[in-house]
Amino acid sequence: MAYFPHTETEVRQMLETIGVQSLEELFADVPEKYRKEKIEDFPALNEMELMAEVNEQRFQQNHFKYDHCFTGAGRYDHFIPAVVPQLAGRSEFYTAYTPYQPEISQGTLTAIYEFQSMICELTGMDVANASLYDGATALAEAVSMAVTATGRKEYVIANPLHPNYAQVLKTYLTPRNITAGEKIGQSTAAVIFVLPDYHGLISDWSQVLAEAKAAGALLIVCADPLLLSVIEPPQADIIVGEAQPLGLPMSYGGPALGFLAARQNYLRQMPGRIIGRTTDDRGNRPFVLTMQTREQHIRREKATSNICSNEALCALTATIYMSYMGASGLQTVARLCKANTDYAMQKLGSIPGFSVEPGEHFRDFVLHCPTDAREFRINYLHEDGIEAISLSDKDLLLSVTEKTLRESTENSSIDWIYGCLEREWKN
Amino acid sequence: MEKLIFEYSRPGRRAHTLPEAPQVNFGVPERRSLRLPEVSEIDVVRHYTRLSRQNYGVDSGFYPLGSCTMKYNPKINEQIAAFEEFAIQNPNTDDWRMVGLLRILYETEKMLCKIFGYAAFTLQPAAGAHGEFTGLLIIRAYHLDRGDTRRVKILVPDAAHGTNPASCTMAGFKQVTIKSMPDGGVDIEDLKKNLDDTVAGFMLTNPNTLGLFEKNIAEISELVHAAGGLLYYDGANANATMGIAKPASMGFDVCHLNLHKTFSTPHGGGGPGSGPVGVTEKLKPYLPVPIVEYDVYVNHYFLEDCLPKSIGKVHSFYGNVGVIIKAWAYMKMQGAAGLKKVSEMAVLNANYIKARLQGVYDIPYDRVCKHEFVISVKEFKKQYGVTAADIAKRLMDYGYHPPTVYFPLIVSECLMIEPTETESKQELDAFCEVMLKIAEEIKTDPELVRSAPHSAIVGRLDEVKAVKEPDLNYFLC
Repeated sequence: MAYFPHTETEVRQMLETIGVQSLEELFADVPEKYRKEKIEDFPALNEMELMAEVNEQRFQQNHFKYDHCFTGAGRYDHFIPAVVPQLAGRSEFYTAYTPYQPEISQGTLTAIYEFQSMICELTGMDVANASLYDGATALAEAVSMAVTATGRKEYVIANPLHPNYAQVLKTYLTPRNITAGEKIGQSTAAVIFVLPDYHGLISDWSQVLAEAKAAGALLIVCADPLLLSVIEPPQADIIVGEAQPLGLPMSYGGPALGFLAARQNYLRQMPGRIIGRTTDDRGNRPFVLTMQTREQHIRREKATSNICSNEALCALTATIYMSYMGASGLQTVARLCKANTDYAMQKLGSIPGFSVEPGEHFRDFVLHCPTDAREFRINYLHEDGIEAISLSDKDLLLSVTEKTLRESTENSSIDWIYGCLEREWKN
Repeated sequence: MEKLIFEYSRPGRRAHTLPEAPQVNFGVPERRSLRLPEVSEIDVVRHYTRLSRQNYGVDSGFYPLGSCTMKYNPKINEQIAAFEEFAIQNPNTDDWRMVGLLRILYETEKMLCKIFGYAAFTLQPAAGAHGEFTGLLIIRAYHLDRGDTRRVKILVPDAAHGTNPASCTMAGFKQVTIKSMPDGGVDIEDLKKNLDDTVAGFMLTNPNTLGLFEKNIAEISELVHAAGGLLYYDGANANATMGIAKPASMGFDVCHLNLHKTFSTPHGGGGPGSGPVGVTEKLKPYLPVPIVEYDVYVNHYFLEDCLPKSIGKVHSFYGNVGVIIKAWAYMKMQGAAGLKKVSEMAVLNANYIKARLQGVYDIPYDRVCKHEFVISVKEFKKQYGVTAADIAKRLMDYGYHPPTVYFPLIVSECLMIEPTETESKQELDAFCEVMLKIAEEIKTDPELVRSAPHSAIVGRLDEVKAVKEPDLNYFLC
């Protein structure tokens, strides 16, 4: 039991002020049959006991830890500068509520306005919202916007999308009879293009853009924000994605950071909070939550979405990361990721029997194996302290970041996996 | 006011110490410019430190924000969630490497089951509204699985949070509003009138958004179930009933909780939250995948993906795990008895403030409240032209975060006060003194209150202008 400041005397005084005899009396309006029910007990630990328990679980985690991680596929282990968690960890930020009272929330409001601006700059779009739960739900919300904008009810996925994203789309949209179509046509509300795709492949979007335009459908690009820092942003209608790579730890998948940016003309269909700049009666130019008539607390069942709590602290974290990194930092990270991907693909693809999926890849790439990939992974890679994902019985999905060590460094992960693959396969 | 980070930018300045990147080819055209700030490390540090000082958190002071449960966020929770054994984990990693983390998730679920009476919880929803959506999809799947395709409506009280009706629409339902009685409870006659075989369920917040326990809950539950519908518990106000009454026993088939309210995880300036959904035995097959399971024979925790009747996935992975860890730590430190005391002290604190303000402020529902209560200042508005918003702003001058204003929509000029259990009698007394003083000011110098806040770094904002001339992006303005 913790965090109760009340002394026994105070509880008595307070009951007296209220005019009741006991605490039970405060619950007299709860029917007795419910109150009489037993609650199955579990014990309370003090802080010292809790830490002992936590350290046991940390030990369990470490016990099975891999030495070389090649797992990506949706969450990535990028370098996080010390400044980022230290600033985002200031309790004025993290213990605050949603900034509904602008006079005492300019900190959060200013930072989220900066976030929106940076997301717009990265995506080449006009407007961005203050965040959504993750990349998958951001994509579902974007399809929803396209359905409202076009009055059509089908979406087409143009290139390999993370299967979890596809599942989330299905869960989110099927109840409103919005379904996945095979071909772009007159009933297509949105065409989804993934950049890079599930396998890490960067492909040209111009053909898909032309087809979407010709059909009167919206082009939604689901893009990685680091890749967007170096390439020309696609001429899409809506760009969404997962911004976890921008200074957030993987956290076993969440909290994550969904972003959504669009052209100006889709502003009124956008879900979630939006922060705008205005004036006050003293000549300042402060920030405030705006365009709220789209939102559930005003529009109720007619709102553009039901989202209320979002991932504000993650958006703040990403903003600090982007400020610290600047264009040169983001682009350096992206280029280092690409260089490591190129190196790993070239090296692993050169082992006799192995080959890689062709094309320019970013972080993730597919390694075709000469043997059963699943068994190979469990019997050999795990033995060598390597973690990777098997896509099928033929393919492994490997992933690198700027942190992955390569040639001429001690403990190079890429050279390690190269050596292991070569040795294991020879045997 | 602090300027924007972009305004500190100087060409060529930089903070990062990354190595030079080699020339690489992306296979698509590269961009010519990227206008992000060019600043030094100390620029970043000072800018965001200054911004943080323009914010108000629970650590800054009393935060009686009704319906939001802004309780103290224990520091130990933050420390635990940040350990790299938990924070630096890729979600695609094999289960057998995740023994500690999966065990924490499993234990969280089991503790929630004990307190709220459910057969199972999914921890996947990332927020309360996300939980509502998930719960409604489960209700939908249940009816469709029985071959009952007629149930297209969800009933929602007029006092409900706006997320309720919005979630109905997203889950493909038509929402129908049910009236409240003058005492704040559900209008049973209106409920009866709307119950038929097209109703899939009834969403209820209990205690309701006025902070009052729904006395007729047994009858409501009977009526809804007799009509073939399911009862949904919006757990936004669960801080009032932990260890007192289980929603499952009250007849609620599905329930969502807000870990960022009831279970002490910080709100983060708007998120991330976590909105676990609990279900009774018959609804278990429809939970989103994966669920965390435990094999007692081999002492093995694992993620189960094979649930043929599952609604699918609502998050790219397993929800906001980093938030869930904090709630786990909180429950571990409270124990079941501690959680009961949480509700008792929360209700004690709310009733204490209510008693002290009685007579000076109009309390439209004058009975024992639960963890929060509503005051109406419509008389002050009529006599002195002072609104609920004015009082909220004046409270800032005294160093407080204001209560929730203008919610629920069924009470005019209302302020909703929720002190939570973590505040001391001294803190409550100080707040009450200020509230009483403001009531005096309203009578003696209403302009002083109308023109508040006087001490904030900004004055009253032009919110109309913000909508009419949207400035949402630094690079477009």
